[in-house]
Amino acid sequence: MIAYALQQLINGITLGMVYGLIAVGYTMVYGIIGMINFAHGDVFMVGAYVGIIVLTAFSGMGIAAVPVGLLVALLVSVVLCGVYGFTIERAAYRPLRGSFRLAPLISAIGMSILLENFVQTSQGAKDRAIPEPIPGGFKIMQQHGFVVQMSYMQIAIIVTTLVTLGIFTYIVTKTPLGRAMRAIEQDAKMAALLGVNTNRVISLTFVIGSALAAVAGIMFLSYYGVINFFIGFNAGIKAFTAAVLGGIGSLPGAVLGGLLIGLIEAFWSGYATIAYKDVAVYSILAIVLMFMPTGLLGRADIEKV
Amino acid sequence: MGNKFYKVAAMSALGLCLTVGAAQAQVKIGVAGPMTGSNAAFGTQLVNGANQAVADINAHGGVLGKKVTAVTVDDACDPKQAVTVANQLVADHVVMVDGHFCSASTIPASKVYSENGVLEISPASTNPQYTDQGSWNTFRVCGRDDEQGKVAANYIKAHFAKDKIAVLDDNSTYGKGIADQVRMNLKKLGVKVAYNASYTAGEKDYSALISRLKQDGIGLVYVGGYYADAGIMEREGAAQGYHPQYFGEDAMATDQLWQIAGPAAQGMLFTFPPPAEKSPSAAAVVKELSAKGQNPGGYVLYSYATIQVWAEAAKKAHSIKPLVVAKELKAGGPWNTVLGQIRFNKIGDVVPAAYAIYIWNNGKYTVHAMH
Repeated sequence: MIAYALQQLINGITLGMVYGLIAVGYTMVYGIIGMINFAHGDVFMVGAYVGIIVLTAFSGMGIAAVPVGLLVALLVSVVLCGVYGFTIERAAYRPLRGSFRLAPLISAIGMSILLENFVQTSQGAKDRAIPEPIPGGFKIMQQHGFVVQMSYMQIAIIVTTLVTLGIFTYIVTKTPLGRAMRAIEQDAKMAALLGVNTNRVISLTFVIGSALAAVAGIMFLSYYGVINFFIGFNAGIKAFTAAVLGGIGSLPGAVLGGLLIGLIEAFWSGYATIAYKDVAVYSILAIVLMFMPTGLLGRADIEKV
Repeated sequence: MGNKFYKVAAMSALGLCLTVGAAQAQVKIGVAGPMTGSNAAFGTQLVNGANQAVADINAHGGVLGKKVTAVTVDDACDPKQAVTVANQLVADHVVMVDGHFCSASTIPASKVYSENGVLEISPASTNPQYTDQGSWNTFRVCGRDDEQGKVAANYIKAHFAKDKIAVLDDNSTYGKGIADQVRMNLKKLGVKVAYNASYTAGEKDYSALISRLKQDGIGLVYVGGYYADAGIMEREGAAQGYHPQYFGEDAMATDQLWQIAGPAAQGMLFTFPPPAEKSPSAAAVVKELSAKGQNPGGYVLYSYATIQVWAEAAKKAHSIKPLVVAKELKAGGPWNTVLGQIRFNKIGDVVPAAYAIYIWNNGKYTVHAMH
């Protein structure tokens, strides 16, 4: 029984780390400009597609070194998604800055639909799949014939999420760029008066957030191996839930929220019934928000008078 | 600029219609299925079959001297969108629809067609409810899930009675329908089902479910659902070192399954009607499809047959009026189609309807056992 519980723990942590990785990008953009970027899930999807295109090209050229291919795919995807993020902010959000609060939100939904349809028409509506890039894994323990397995990909996902979280927490809390970001979050006008180039910092935030989405897209692609133009929607909803549960705006909160959701899903499917796992997730979200309206690690907004 | 473009496009389209209309009268038919979404592979099968049928019919002078044109619409296997596109086809004055694919689309769409006097012949919807509703306009050239479920259950009893059995479904009209048939038939045969569950189609992470099946020592996993989810389950099962016998149904008959699951699908069994592409009546069509680089397997020939049988009935009845053709389809026959000789019974089901057991082997599916 311990073996089974351990296996579900591994399943849950991996799934949670995937959610967390997407949620970090979500929460980062929210943390700076207080806007929910609904197109984030779709940038994630674009990142995964760039990955599959690069990997297919690599195997087409007969280059069999998969880890190299993955690394190149990651780099190309990060750069391209960064460009997407920059363009999206420039085209869809910046003109609406200073407009009423809902305007950029609706613009983001429009952007999300645009990206989905763009990928659907240019890449086809079918599911695309790649063979497992890094097969194999560890056998952790065995009990009554039940072997607990942890694949190399699962380890890669957990490590990537934690490393990414570390890097970006450092950027936001310790670097001049991070200080400028936090200043804009607190008061954009005042930050501008004090010489912070707000346009540049906000653009950079979007570029970084989209690069994070690209990393998540590549990890998703290499772990699950199957993508379609619609994955951004589901992943976006779950990542958004993770960000809210952890306290939107908080980077460690996003990963914590993702982890919780992943664990609830895995243990609920493992011990109760797989049919109602989303009910379990959202019930817990509702209960947490009732007692902690800003999420687990969120700070309460102090109204300045 | 956009506006202008549409105007020009609309005008040239109109011009085109007028020229065609002047040269030759035409009759429109609809082709409806999932052209997008996770079942898009089957949408392609439907379109390939339909295009070939329309081309062949027009090459032989059309139907009653009228040229056949096909209007393709996308229901994405979504019941709401199915009703929308059904209305679109009605507004387009089609007389017959080759479709839809997913039972969850076919059933709601059939009501729109029956109210508006359009004939519906489904190449692939196997849920019994579709024809059991007793509408004048509903036909299918494939079998029914009560039959398919029985064949699967008999095979499981004969070969896997000693294994612990799990029956999963995706909660869709089709998936739950067929899984329930299998459960019921297994119960009748005295075979115990150790684990039942409904999953949500379109999920990407089934690892918790896989661990559960592995923990329970399940030896045979029956999946009532579509290929995309089954493929991911097999893949994730293999990653956890879990290799049970998978068993599916007619929604597994596409190369896409292997593309998703890879070698993890090796040995998967599924039920599907006997291979139409091997029958002599299909030889010519199979040759033409293969020449175009299209796989004639899966539901391609079934899609072909819906249009073919409609054209035959219309010719025999000397009318393209859907009500008249529907009567002729039931009363007349047997019809010579690419599927061989078929007849329709009182409610529009095809007779004889048979199912065979197929097996996935190195990226291809072949007949494993006939029933």
